[in-house]
Amino acid sequence: MVQTRNLIDEQGIRTDGRTMDELRNVKIQVGIVKNADGSAYIEFGKNRIIAAVYGPREVHPKHMAQPDRCVLRCRYHMSPFSTDTRKNPAPSRREVEISKVMREALEPAVMLEDYPRAAIDVFVEVLQADGGSRCAGITAASVALADAGINMRDIVSACAAGKVDGKIVLDINDVEDKEGSADMPLAYLPHLERVTLLQLDGILNQEEFNECLDKALQGCKMIYEIQRKALIQKYFGDEQELKEES
Amino acid sequence: MQEIKRKYVVPGDRIIEGNFRPLSNVTKSGNSIFATRIGIAEATRDGIKVIPLSGVYIPRVNDIVIGKIIDHSSLSWQVDISSCFSAHLPAQDVFGRDFSPARDDMNKQLAIGDLVTARIMAFDRTRDPMLTVQDKDLGRIPRGEFLKISATRVPRLIGKRGSMIQTIEQATQTRILIGQNGIVVVTGRNAEGTQLAIRAIRMVEEEAHTSNLTQRIKTLLNVPEPQSTETHPESAEPEGQKLNSIPDTEEQVQEELGKGDIE
Repeated sequence: MVQTRNLIDEQGIRTDGRTMDELRNVKIQVGIVKNADGSAYIEFGKNRIIAAVYGPREVHPKHMAQPDRCVLRCRYHMSPFSTDTRKNPAPSRREVEISKVMREALEPAVMLEDYPRAAIDVFVEVLQADGGSRCAGITAASVALADAGINMRDIVSACAAGKVDGKIVLDINDVEDKEGSADMPLAYLPHLERVTLLQLDGILNQEEFNECLDKALQGCKMIYEIQRKALIQKYFGDEQELKEES
Repeated sequence: MQEIKRKYVVPGDRIIEGNFRPLSNVTKSGNSIFATRIGIAEATRDGIKVIPLSGVYIPRVNDIVIGKIIDHSSLSWQVDISSCFSAHLPAQDVFGRDFSPARDDMNKQLAIGDLVTARIMAFDRTRDPMLTVQDKDLGRIPRGEFLKISATRVPRLIGKRGSMIQTIEQATQTRILIGQNGIVVVTGRNAEGTQLAIRAIRMVEEEAHTSNLTQRIKTLLNVPEPQSTETHPESAEPEGQKLNSIPDTEEQVQEELGKGDIE
């Protein structure tokens, strides 16, 4: 690949001023869609994403219902104004794929067998896109699922790592995604220590892959803390621990 | 049994390690108990549970619910109980054993759009919930203002031994019926009282987890500072203990429905 400019300077600072293992600014707000059973809004760098969860609710069409468990349906959608050139609102090949991997990333966390014959719908709407919107989407969707009061084994945290200018860096942004040499989104269950999504766009050797995986896992753990804080803030206000007077 | 502190949890949090019995909204994995819902973890003599703070209503046998008739076939009514399953109320339950679809007009007893209080007679993973109205104070609700709150707020709205709901009823001169599914019907002598009661219920719903709620409800309702020892001690308690009052709702609701007869 021909690189037109350096993405990392001599001091190891990236194009947006971050160091090699620094996340972009992440902000999560819980419960912003009143009509939904659970919702979350996430700002992940320049990403702006709303996730809304409905359910458990009746399955329509009825033939989709499973007798022994709940069906989880995900829809990832980018709004027409989310990119600099207008995006056709019809679901593209990419959106259909992301909807699928998002569902597969969330399914292991949700206790589907607790809600037989029902459906849970997850809608992820990208208002403004920067690199790494699938990770941000999964992060927001999992907070929204917890907000909806759905039984979950764990929260899903997602974060990407990749290779830029021959170095492994955390949390790839849009420029680094397009001009860098590898992008690896990862979704992770921090308590159960399980990976639920791993994609890799680019080429890494074994060593680089291991370093990339470690870095992305660290990123997921940082994201988890932010998710947890956002949930506690919504439900318990500023007090983080229950005061006990015995 | 070792005591644990009540604490705030989000899904996946390890509540406690050791040999404890998992009750509701928790899962046991290895030797630890993990939360599966956002809420307050609590250890009782029977085991570990989490009091959830959000979520839709999932039916349970013997719950008293309020539902709306949405359709009927020749043998049963279909009732919307604001859950992911719609319930069935068999016609025999209302007409008695000698019900005949040819002779009896089901619309005469319960028309589409009517509200009923009913008990969940049977429900499991494979079948939709079955209702019955064969109990004291169950059946059609003739009038009232209908509102929906989150099912997780129902215990808070009832309060410790019905204290919250009694406060609201007395101050606003209304009768309030509460279903476990979060449907509330308010009947009052005048519109002002009913409106005030609805505002109080909305306030309980929005601020359910905050401390000193009873006191603020009383301010809203203009209840004079009482010597009545019934409800006062609760508001003086620290939050931790107050939230203790939440469960055992089934009996409370039954009690509620028992005295909430509308004539």
